[in-house]
Amino acid sequence: MIRNMQLVYLAIPLVCLAASLVAGLFGPRIGRAGAHSVTILGVALAFVLSVVVFLDVHAGNRFNGSIYTWALSGGVPFEIGFLIDELSALMMVVVTFVSLMVHIYTIGYMHDDPGYQRFFSYISLFTFSMLMLVMSNNFLQLFFGWEAVGLVSYLLIGFWFKKESAIAANLKAFVVNRVGDFGFLLGIAAVLYVFGTLDYAAVFASAPDAVALQFRFLGGDMTWMTAICLLLFVGAMGKSAQVPLHVWLPDSMEGPTPISALIHAATMVTAGIFMVARMSPLFELSETALTVVMTIGAITAFFMALIGMVQNDIKRVVAYSTLSQLGYMTVALGASAYAAGIFHLGTHAFFKALLFLAAGSVIIALHHQQDMRKMGGLGRVMPITFLTAWIGTIALIGLPPFSGFFSKDAIIEAVHASTLPSAGLAWLALTAGTFVTSFYSFRLLFMTFHGKPRMDKETLRHAKESPWVVTVPLVLLAIPSMIAGALYVEPALFGDLFGDSLFVLPEHDTLARIGAAYEGKHGIELVLSMILHGALQPPVILTLLGAVTAWFLYIKRPDLPDTLVRRFSAIHGMLMRKYGFDEFYERVFAGGARRIGHAFWQTGDARLIDGLMVNGTARSVGWISGIVRHIQSGYVYTYAFAMILGLVVLLTWMLWS
Amino acid sequence: MIPLSHYLILGAILFALSMVGIFLNRKNVVILLMAIELLLLAVNMNFVAFSHYLQDLSGQVFVFFILTVAAAESAIGLAIIIVLFRSRRSINVEDLDSLKG
Amino acid sequence: MSFTQLTFYFFAAVLVFAATMVVTIRNPVKAALFLVLAFFSAACVWMTLEAEFLAIVLVLVYVGAVMVLFLFVVMMLDINLARMQEGFTRYLPVGALVAALLVVELVLVLGGSFGSEQLPRPAAQGADYSNTRELGGVLYTTYVYPFEIAAVILLVAIIAAIVLTLRKRPDTKYQDPAKQISVRKEDRVRLVKMPAERRRQGD
Repeated sequence: MIRNMQLVYLAIPLVCLAASLVAGLFGPRIGRAGAHSVTILGVALAFVLSVVVFLDVHAGNRFNGSIYTWALSGGVPFEIGFLIDELSALMMVVVTFVSLMVHIYTIGYMHDDPGYQRFFSYISLFTFSMLMLVMSNNFLQLFFGWEAVGLVSYLLIGFWFKKESAIAANLKAFVVNRVGDFGFLLGIAAVLYVFGTLDYAAVFASAPDAVALQFRFLGGDMTWMTAICLLLFVGAMGKSAQVPLHVWLPDSMEGPTPISALIHAATMVTAGIFMVARMSPLFELSETALTVVMTIGAITAFFMALIGMVQNDIKRVVAYSTLSQLGYMTVALGASAYAAGIFHLGTHAFFKALLFLAAGSVIIALHHQQDMRKMGGLGRVMPITFLTAWIGTIALIGLPPFSGFFSKDAIIEAVHASTLPSAGLAWLALTAGTFVTSFYSFRLLFMTFHGKPRMDKETLRHAKESPWVVTVPLVLLAIPSMIAGALYVEPALFGDLFGDSLFVLPEHDTLARIGAAYEGKHGIELVLSMILHGALQPPVILTLLGAVTAWFLYIKRPDLPDTLVRRFSAIHGMLMRKYGFDEFYERVFAGGARRIGHAFWQTGDARLIDGLMVNGTARSVGWISGIVRHIQSGYVYTYAFAMILGLVVLLTWMLWS
Repeated sequence: MIPLSHYLILGAILFALSMVGIFLNRKNVVILLMAIELLLLAVNMNFVAFSHYLQDLSGQVFVFFILTVAAAESAIGLAIIIVLFRSRRSINVEDLDSLKG
Repeated sequence: MSFTQLTFYFFAAVLVFAATMVVTIRNPVKAALFLVLAFFSAACVWMTLEAEFLAIVLVLVYVGAVMVLFLFVVMMLDINLARMQEGFTRYLPVGALVAALLVVELVLVLGGSFGSEQLPRPAAQGADYSNTRELGGVLYTTYVYPFEIAAVILLVAIIAAIVLTLRKRPDTKYQDPAKQISVRKEDRVRLVKMPAERRRQGD
């Protein structure tokens, strides 16, 4: 059985890789149908096997071992290995399920695209990379998966490589992620330096002994643990788009919508969250790091949501919503409620993918129109999209009993219970965030599906419900968006969904403190009491308030938003400029880099290398040979003179010695 | 009694003179050939002197051969000069620089 | 100072003087004549070394044959004497300096090592000693093959000199008696048959 399971573990990522290679290398030969059937078959197989693994793990079969030694350097083995426990099994199921949905949806969305096979190859490759990331049992393989998903993300954002803005966006995503990856790599290096190994189990085992280790930093003492955690979190900030490394995610919406759903909402951006949860035995040992994590998460959650209120591009609204929700997850990690963070990651994957795909469905119907000001009244035309979008929205804003309620409420409660210095502020930000979330979500819904149609008649007449390949994933994603929360809240938060894979110190265990309130309740009873408790709390009330506000402004008095914008033009302008992060980076980092590059080019390359070394070598050779060639005059007497000189030198040498 | 070194010094002076002759002479190939004859004479001088002082006739035999080769060389050299003069109307050393690098 | 010494120093001085004139004089004819003088002096110096045969050969072969050849060539060629010594004075200081250096160094090297103490002069041979016979004895026994080769070299030199200077002159006309007598009638005369033409008026 054990041996067979290892084969299954190996098969899950490799089947995706194989499908990707087939679709990518033999794309023209196997055709469109061949490409999508082989990749969908691969991912479906991976999904089924993941479910098998998930069930197997919960039957008690965990696995941690190396499969292959990649390299041995300085006594440190670099291995390919799998750590299969509750956390990675859950991630595998989520990743493969969302990926499968996106594969199916892509058939409809990319129907007319010339890069059809290439696209399928990319998303299968992405699935492979993400699986390698979550299944890893050591830091190096984690980094491999980390970089691989970054690469595929780069390829996919720039999928329409003839589009200027897409190229700019993928470059931006890559460069910003590089900043985070640099921190991540330094963190891994620090782990190797402190622990002498990259294996998770070994590192976690010796982590408690390494708490006291310190080093001098900027004139003060810093523990290695804090340094490692902060550096690793820098990587998570890049990948999971936390302030201030969030700037790439909104721009990544230049890519095709399935990608926005798969990579930039459901899976890749959650890699950072997953990584921090995986590293919980390290983060738990550094309160400083946890405080930083919580603060960053709170800032992201609230301020990115604010930007979402003023965006007009339907995908960008969802993108800023993603940023904000990632902030919620990060706060959960900071509050040591890793289970809540991962739980929210799971529910969010479903409803955010659903929202993106619904947005994509609208975009297809309107022939790639993304501006919400030119939509409206589509509810009657596209009933399935309309309905599923409503479900996704309610799940997102966290109204009971939809899935978002349970996970988001658990996060807010956990922050409330946390004793970290920044917990109070974070709670305020998250609670206020629920109002904003609700507002922008309903704004999207109302502007798109309700009210009067604002597009021209021709477009409206052609608008129709999308084909089944688009709507089936919507429905399949809508179901877990509705029920997954209620179904899994107990095992996830208080039960054994994650087993021992997450580590929480007793003094940080905020979820246990929440759990104490529901002592003795199980199953439906627990869910009902959570709903009853939550319904009277500020988050739900603020959510309803936000929905009403959106209804008032966009349905009742559609003229009012413009007045408000004029009244508060300063704030609106600031939000439209996204707090000026882009301008700042553009001017300081990009501009600085350009100036430095120009300086290096001018002095280093043009003058030093080209001028002095390359041309200088040629010139000096020419100059020296210009002198030396006079020796070869061709005249007899010159040679005679050389003979005399030689003789004189020889004689002088003989005389002296 | 004349020491051997005097003969050798005489050869050395002769050698240096003819060597400088080759260096100084930039116009006339015939003078060059004459300087070469002088060079050979200087060498021969050493051979004969050593042959006498060492009481070994081999040195003189060598001089004999050198004379033979020198005669052949000057005959061919002069022939070349004539051919050269025919084609270039000059025996100026400075004109003979076709092989100049 | 014995007669031998006197002879040596005198002819050595003449030799150096003649050699100097050879390389410095402007007129190549005079240079050739000074070369003759140098060879004569060298022959006399060799006499003091009891190398009578070589001394005679030097005079006979060099002065008698090679130098005459030089003179012939110099006189045959139409050389512009005015241009002959251009640049001579310019390089004279360098040349003189180098020559002086060379001589001084050679004297320093040779002077100490080959004095009378290290290598005393052997006693003079008796009156019945024949240098020519002795040399011949060695030359035709030990060195017979090199001797033959030297002969071949001379032959090659003769042929080479002739071939080099030989030239075809297509513009000069000459008779070939062999061709003249082997001519036949058919080669020269051709009989052509043609109809008679009428004489036209006005021609």
